[in-house]
Amino acid sequence: MNFTLRIWRQKGANEGGRFVTYEAHDVNPGMSFLEMLDGVNQKLLVNGEEPVAFEHDCREGICGSCSLVIDGIPHGPDHGITTCQLYMRRFPDGATITIEPWRAKAFPIIKDLVVDRSALDRVMRAGGYISVNTGGAVDGNALLIGKDQAETAMDAASCIGCGACVAACKNASAMLFVAAKVSHLALLPQGKPERTGRVGAMIEAMDREGFGSCGNQYECEAVCPKRISVRFIATLNREYLRAGIVESALPSDSESPHAESV
Amino acid sequence: MTKLDSKIPSGPLESKWDRHRFSEKLVSPHNKRKLTVIVVGTGLAGASAASTLGQLGYQVECFCFQDSPRRAHSIAAQGGINAAKNYQDDGDSVGRLFYDTIKGGDFRSREANVYRLAQISGQIIDQCVALGIPFAREYGGQLANRSFGGVQVSRTFYCRGQTGQQLLLGAYSALCWQIERGQVTMRPRTEMLDLIVVDGQARGIVVRDLVTGRISIHTAHVVVLATGGYSNVYYLSTNASGSNVTATYRAWKQGAAFANPCFTQIHPTAIPPSDAYQAKLTLMSESLRNDGRLWVPKMPGDTRAPREISEGERDYFLERRYPRFGNLAPRDIASRAVKAVCDEGRGVGPNGHGVYLDFAGVVEQHGLDVVSERYGNLFEMYHRITGEDAYHAPMRIYPAPHYTMGGLWVDYNLMSTIPGLFVIGEANFADHGANRLGASSLMQGLGDGYFILPYTIGHYLATAKLPPVTEDHTEARKAHHRVLNRMARLLAAKGRRTAASFHRELGSLLWNYCGMSRTKIGLKLALSSIPTLREDFWRDVVVPGTGDCFNQELEYAGRVADYLEFAELLCHDAWHRQESCGAHFREEYQTGDGEPTRDDTRFAHVAAWEYREGASPILHKEPLAFEFVQPTTRSYQ
Ligand SMILES: Cc1cc2nc3c(=O)[nH]c(=O)nc-3n(C[C@H](O)[C@H](O)[C@H](O)COP(=O)(O)OP(=O)(O)OC[C@H]3O[C@@H](n4cnc5c(N)ncnc54)[C@H](O)[C@@H]3O)c2cc1C
Ligand code: SF4
Ligand code: FES
Repeated sequence: MNFTLRIWRQKGANEGGRFVTYEAHDVNPGMSFLEMLDGVNQKLLVNGEEPVAFEHDCREGICGSCSLVIDGIPHGPDHGITTCQLYMRRFPDGATITIEPWRAKAFPIIKDLVVDRSALDRVMRAGGYISVNTGGAVDGNALLIGKDQAETAMDAASCIGCGACVAACKNASAMLFVAAKVSHLALLPQGKPERTGRVGAMIEAMDREGFGSCGNQYECEAVCPKRISVRFIATLNREYLRAGIVESALPSDSESPHAESV
Repeated sequence: MTKLDSKIPSGPLESKWDRHRFSEKLVSPHNKRKLTVIVVGTGLAGASAASTLGQLGYQVECFCFQDSPRRAHSIAAQGGINAAKNYQDDGDSVGRLFYDTIKGGDFRSREANVYRLAQISGQIIDQCVALGIPFAREYGGQLANRSFGGVQVSRTFYCRGQTGQQLLLGAYSALCWQIERGQVTMRPRTEMLDLIVVDGQARGIVVRDLVTGRISIHTAHVVVLATGGYSNVYYLSTNASGSNVTATYRAWKQGAAFANPCFTQIHPTAIPPSDAYQAKLTLMSESLRNDGRLWVPKMPGDTRAPREISEGERDYFLERRYPRFGNLAPRDIASRAVKAVCDEGRGVGPNGHGVYLDFAGVVEQHGLDVVSERYGNLFEMYHRITGEDAYHAPMRIYPAPHYTMGGLWVDYNLMSTIPGLFVIGEANFADHGANRLGASSLMQGLGDGYFILPYTIGHYLATAKLPPVTEDHTEARKAHHRVLNRMARLLAAKGRRTAASFHRELGSLLWNYCGMSRTKIGLKLALSSIPTLREDFWRDVVVPGTGDCFNQELEYAGRVADYLEFAELLCHDAWHRQESCGAHFREEYQTGDGEPTRDDTRFAHVAAWEYREGASPILHKEPLAFEFVQPTTRSYQ
């Protein structure tokens, strides 16, 4: 198969970028999208040109490193997969394919197709954890958790933190990501003690990082490789409301569960 | 001169660890704040260690090359994590997990280490549950278990097919807490390129910021490597593309002994390679072997479609050769059996590199729905990659390099032969002997990081003399120079071949001569070809751009350069071990019907190699004493 690729090239964060056209010849339909790009890069290297920078690691859809907008869609045209799980047989022979980086204010470009997604990690640090020390945990079966509840928590916990939801959203909102994290912990008994403080802290961090607000368009769900459901955004909103009510019922000088981190 | 002292405590197996912990010196809380620890790596081992050390009050500086700690290779583990909880009441116990692991490793691991791991395995699960890891549950709300290759009890805890992901996100969340508290300074997108050794003690590292290209020196009181395995030396493996040997290899060059480098696990159930462009192999979870049956046609060269081959014309080779374990035979045994039938010309698919993994039986017995509930995501993945539908025709699978039992030598305290350099997780050699059982690596990584290292590192810090070392120390400067020189050489080559093409060539050399089976002649050939390939590399590699910016090709070329040296060490080790044990199969040492023959009189030792500049490495042997189990012929028939 043969393809024409329009690839976004940008030397660094503070430099302008532009599309450059490359031809990919003799592409095997069984190649993954990233292997096809590897091939392009091998040719560029031999010709003494700079290869196209893009991120990847596991190449099996779980690490969340790969991050390309393909023909306008984060992770490409198929549902429920990452870029590294996309195969060339999916495209018609001779197609022109446009490849861009994630675009969002909170994700500055580092080079070509590589962006800085550390904002998501800073949101995690604001409260996406259970503060338990190592050692002294009770037996794993001491608290029973219903199968359905565990499964729903697992649905939320499947998020790979890739940021496609942000890239797909007109407002570059990180609501689906935050919703997944908050819901996972709110659904489990272990997450309950810090439930009230967590949601506010994470939403505040999200705003601080420059992510936009949710416009209920659900573009996020459509591109999410792990099919994280927008139902969790509803859970997030409920958690937020609930926290407001609980907090207003507390004496005003009560310590936030994340007091240490303030 | 390297001296190996395993520091295994004396006395009964059951109480070694308790007594050892009690005899260890503690660091007072007040002093912990003044002590700095470098942790390289944020997989299960590194993240659990860094967060626990931070929680204890040490000042931790933690590094990884990915953009976020949570993307470490551990994220990809699918199947599960073992623990001797005996929740199923099916006869499991600490003793049984210990025995299974020792036997699975073909009696090439230390009893004391393995017993300790089995002892703490239950605590690991408790800790993970406390961190909010959504393990699979039964309807009654209890934790669910499944069985995994090579054992006859159900002791594997899992989160669908994403156990590694959930365990890592849990460990990462604990790390987040310590970063937020200011106990851990996290440096992602930073690659360790050398180790700083001062007066015989590990005191720091040299790193490159992968975004700015800046090289910097970081000193500390103690250094922990949790940098994972090196299966990617074979080019094609199931590992993430960034996994590499650089950190451990460069520590080796500074004096840390490397143990059993030739013990590399080839996993039986990966999707077969299809073409030269292929960059990685995808693992199909071992859990498929619980229900799938492996077979090939009886007749060589039979190219009929699988469904046209009648029962009588099929060879269910694992069931035939290993009736007691059948399709659940351990990985090394299953992989070799696959290779054997393919070598007989009975392999299926392109190039005859494949065997069938057939689900027709379960589909018939339980229906499509049950199969889809159990393995739906795996069948989907198989379909996406191969374009084939495994519900209606058998899958094709083939072995792939997967895990490295070898690694830096460590004593019972997880300290290498360089005082102050601790090594945990897949990066060390410790617990799996010559072959690792499924679901035991996650257990080991978390065991090392949460429950072992935090004790033993304290003893070292409480007892060692550690004068201040700053960035301008001569040894730090020297390490800095080594890094700069090596980078300059890579950039100066300006040749015409890409690093990937050298990597691929090295990989196929190793796969052919030091892969699933090894011979004296093949190893000799590999040992004579590798230096030539290495010279070609330095003369003809092309690395574009400069070192002072984001340059992925420079990162990669550096790793390939290390593989080109390390591969030789791997082959030396395979050459010296004139026996067949676990994953190491020397064709000269087998029985008439192709079963490996181990040689306990000559090779019941850990082979720990010492680096010598410009000469062959020196072999040191740590004898393995079996006081509590009797090494037997490892039979799964
Ligand atoms: C596909 C697959 C499935 C698996 N499934 C299972 C399973 O079901 N059960 C099981 O028990 N095991 C499984 N394993 C094995 C297991 O996942 C690994 O052995 C284990 O996760 C290794 O963990 P680790 O913490 O030692 O290293 P890793 O997770 O590999 O982490 C290495 C870390 O070191 C960092 N690093 C490396 N080099 C450098 C450097 N030079 N500078 C800075 N940082 C560096 C990386 O950034 C990373 O953070 C599987 C492996 C694979 C490949
Ligand atoms: S919610 Fe989905 S799209 Fe968003 S970060 Fe998580 S996995 Fe990626
Ligand atoms: S490379 Fe890991 S998800 Fe794509």
